[in-house]
Amino acid sequence: MRGGAFMKMLLDDSKLIYIQIADAILDAILKGSLKEGEQVYSTNQFAKLYGINPATAAKGINLLVEESILYKKRGIGMFVASGAKSMIIDKRRKQFVDEYVTKLMNEAKKLSITKEELINLINKYEGGEKR
Amino acid sequence: MTYIVECKDISKSFGKTNALVDVNIRIQKDKIYGLLGRNGAGKSTLLNIIDAQMFPTAGEVKVFGEAPFENKKVLENICLIKESGMFLKDLKVKEAIYLASLFYPNWDADFAERLLDEFELDTNKLYKHLSLGMKSQLSIIVGLSGRSPLTIFDEPYIGLDAPGRQFFYDILIDDYMNNPRTIILSTHLIDEVSNMLEEIIILHKGKVEIEGNADEIRSKAFYISGDKIQVEDFIKFKKILHKELMGENMLAVIYDSLYEKEKAEIYSADLTISSIPMQQLFIYLTGGKMVKRGVINE
Repeated sequence: MRGGAFMKMLLDDSKLIYIQIADAILDAILKGSLKEGEQVYSTNQFAKLYGINPATAAKGINLLVEESILYKKRGIGMFVASGAKSMIIDKRRKQFVDEYVTKLMNEAKKLSITKEELINLINKYEGGEKR
Repeated sequence: MTYIVECKDISKSFGKTNALVDVNIRIQKDKIYGLLGRNGAGKSTLLNIIDAQMFPTAGEVKVFGEAPFENKKVLENICLIKESGMFLKDLKVKEAIYLASLFYPNWDADFAERLLDEFELDTNKLYKHLSLGMKSQLSIIVGLSGRSPLTIFDEPYIGLDAPGRQFFYDILIDDYMNNPRTIILSTHLIDEVSNMLEEIIILHKGKVEIEGNADEIRSKAFYISGDKIQVEDFIKFKKILHKELMGENMLAVIYDSLYEKEKAEIYSADLTISSIPMQQLFIYLTGGKMVKRGVINE
């Protein structure tokens, strides 16, 4: 089992806990620290790691089973499904429009930044710390 | 479904004071419950009734399906740990532990030994010479080692400092997973325990204000903020707990269901949404006139 795939992150009050557990697993798969076919932490391991109720941890894991990102091997545990990474990327891209692009456009509007200026800013952008 | 505890229309009066009013609750097997309430909300009264240390004025209580009063079979399976006055003052710690081991049929002596060691509690000390923190430690050791099918902690951790409480929470979760049982934590230190709870009961002025699955309650409680008109429009048909106004901006506290479609609306309307920590929700639900900051009177 890839125990090291999860850094213990701090839980954030602004989001539901089981969603944060699911997100932590998704992030680990996206980053490649948890690979397709590999076993995921058990409900009890998550509960212990984060100091949360095991039922809450189970809810986060089951959410990903419903989305076919994880699958259950009876009596052994949960595993990352093949194709999981591309499914996550598809889903996150859809969310990207809702959460990031919409926010960016709204904020730009408030600051009277035109679409052209925005495109220019993106073209010139080289990534936060490098500049 | 059989419940570990069933309270039907429980009321309890002390003279003219109504400590509990028509309380109906059902406690399910092997879950961790949080019994949350302000000082004087009726938490201890309810727990004392469940443990048959007090009679209700009206209503019916069943524990493990039976009436608990003078029922040995029921009572030896309940462990109620109170904030104070658990033990005889002139007993040594080890004597108190010994007596507890006789009382609780599922007592785990090795576990008690380990906890005494980890808390670094001096077993030769007299109970009356223990500090408040040490008394709390002893209560917690008894509560955990008792391994009772129904284990109730009525704020015994109040005397512990922050690292001591964290240690208790960590052990509790760990031990619960190894030995699942029904646990009720009564507390007002909600931030600290809320992540461990599966079910929540909020008592307010002797009545059940909210009860249900902790995640479901959390998913209904949220802040929404942004332009006043847009916020007003969005919350029109929602249950509003609180509103704050700052110029053209509004922050609303909502306790209601939110659909996926509405979430998308929030993003396109430039509104901000975030979950409310359980403790903050508790304040909005039970704080009454104490929640004053930025109140809008309508």
